[in-house]
Amino acid sequence: MLSFHVVRQLRDFVLDVALSVEEGETLVLIGENGAGKSTVLNLISGILAPDRGEITLGDRILFSDRREIDVPTENRNIGHLFQSYALFPHMTVAENVAFGLQCRKVPKSEIAKSVAEQLAAMNLSDLADVNVGRLSGGQRQRVALARALVLEPELLLLDEPLAAVDMRAKGAMRKELRDQIWNAGIPCIVVTHTLRDVLELADRLCLLEEGKVMAYGAPEEVLGMQENGFIASFTEG
Amino acid sequence: MDLTRFRQETEVIRHSSRTRLGKVALTLLIAALLTIFLLFITLPVVSLFLRISPEAFFRSLSEPVILDALSLSLTTATVSTVIVVVFGTPLALVNARYNYRGRNIVDTLTDLPIVLPPAVAGIALLMAFGRRGVVGQYLDLFGIHIAFTTVAVVLAQVFVASPFYVRQAKASFEAVDRLYEDAARTLGASPLTVAFRITIPLAWGGLISGAILSFARALGEFGATIMFAGNYQGRTQTMPLAIYTTMQGDLDAAISLAIILVMISFVVIAAVKIVTRRKF
Repeated sequence: MLSFHVVRQLRDFVLDVALSVEEGETLVLIGENGAGKSTVLNLISGILAPDRGEITLGDRILFSDRREIDVPTENRNIGHLFQSYALFPHMTVAENVAFGLQCRKVPKSEIAKSVAEQLAAMNLSDLADVNVGRLSGGQRQRVALARALVLEPELLLLDEPLAAVDMRAKGAMRKELRDQIWNAGIPCIVVTHTLRDVLELADRLCLLEEGKVMAYGAPEEVLGMQENGFIASFTEG
Repeated sequence: MDLTRFRQETEVIRHSSRTRLGKVALTLLIAALLTIFLLFITLPVVSLFLRISPEAFFRSLSEPVILDALSLSLTTATVSTVIVVVFGTPLALVNARYNYRGRNIVDTLTDLPIVLPPAVAGIALLMAFGRRGVVGQYLDLFGIHIAFTTVAVVLAQVFVASPFYVRQAKASFEAVDRLYEDAARTLGASPLTVAFRITIPLAWGGLISGAILSFARALGEFGATIMFAGNYQGRTQTMPLAIYTTMQGDLDAAISLAIILVMISFVVIAAVKIVTRRKF
């Protein structure tokens, strides 16, 4: 289970968010551009440091200003997918997926086995030796997810995971993504701008406005708040 | 009504023929400026090749003064490039990625040798590492003499050539998207692993071209070397110094050395262009 309370002064407002996500539960974050959604993910994975707050994952405290704990990003074991996927352009698909295992000093034979299994599970085996620059949006998304999942992370953070996938493939990719998250059985936070993502992925939904939680609850509950301007336009689109 | 239209049309024709004439004149002017400039650059270089016969060129290649200078130049420029890369890479990476107090001062200091006249660099190095220099006087106590040795040649080259690498390396590191580094860290990479497996490989082209430029600058170093290292054949007489020396007696040897340096310069430019993937 992930629970966090993070406070950070951003350029225009103070981000102050406290939420928790159960094992196997997917929390979807929605809100205007610049509301602080991606920043929340960066604070949890350690790319940014909160000014104050506490982040606990399972029985580990990842950050606590009071106890002066700040576990470095590389030791948090969190799978973080970036909007542009950030696949390493100088490596092949297999090398990208193997990267995290190499950082953990896993023996070579085990790396080869895990990578092959992960690629097979995500229908990427044929692309193992292809440079990532030659992949389609959907393939890139799958490689990024494979690169994160091969490490058996304790938490998944997905920043607009389907944004770079072309329209035709989006439906199938969304279903595939839902199955992958389901199989992983870990807490997951997804940032999105798409209603379909919410409907298919969300167990819980949270609306952020200027760094604050404006609404939180079951998706149908939050999406029913039509008096909120963002929700009204979000459900329309 | 018709007359007005006629006037308008002739005005348009006159205007367009005037613009066409203007364009031709401008093209001719630019072509002339370009030709003069290119001639100014190529004529002296071509003259080197015209002033010596191939036989004389190959004959002088076996002269000790040339062989000594060539081997000393290549060795010292290689050593100084390695030193520049080893010290300059971490410096460039830190300055590209971290904002610390005094970063601008460090940037300015690393750039200083580019604008400093080589003669100033030479006397400055002598004042620091000469026998009575600020550091040299203490080194002297241990019997270590730097000035007027091959080490001094290397130090002079490092001093003048380092900014060419550090500037280029810093720009290349800055051009690497931080997102890749963040992604690597979430995958478990320590800062050192991020540097060696992500940042440096992604900046590779820039680092290599910076190192090549730095090597070329080291190879051509003259002013600081002659003041700080002297002009002793086989020990401190690099190719530019040998050109200066042989020019007074054996012009063929001087021209031969110059031709070798021209050829190395061409290789350097070609290498930089290939590494940075620019077309000729």
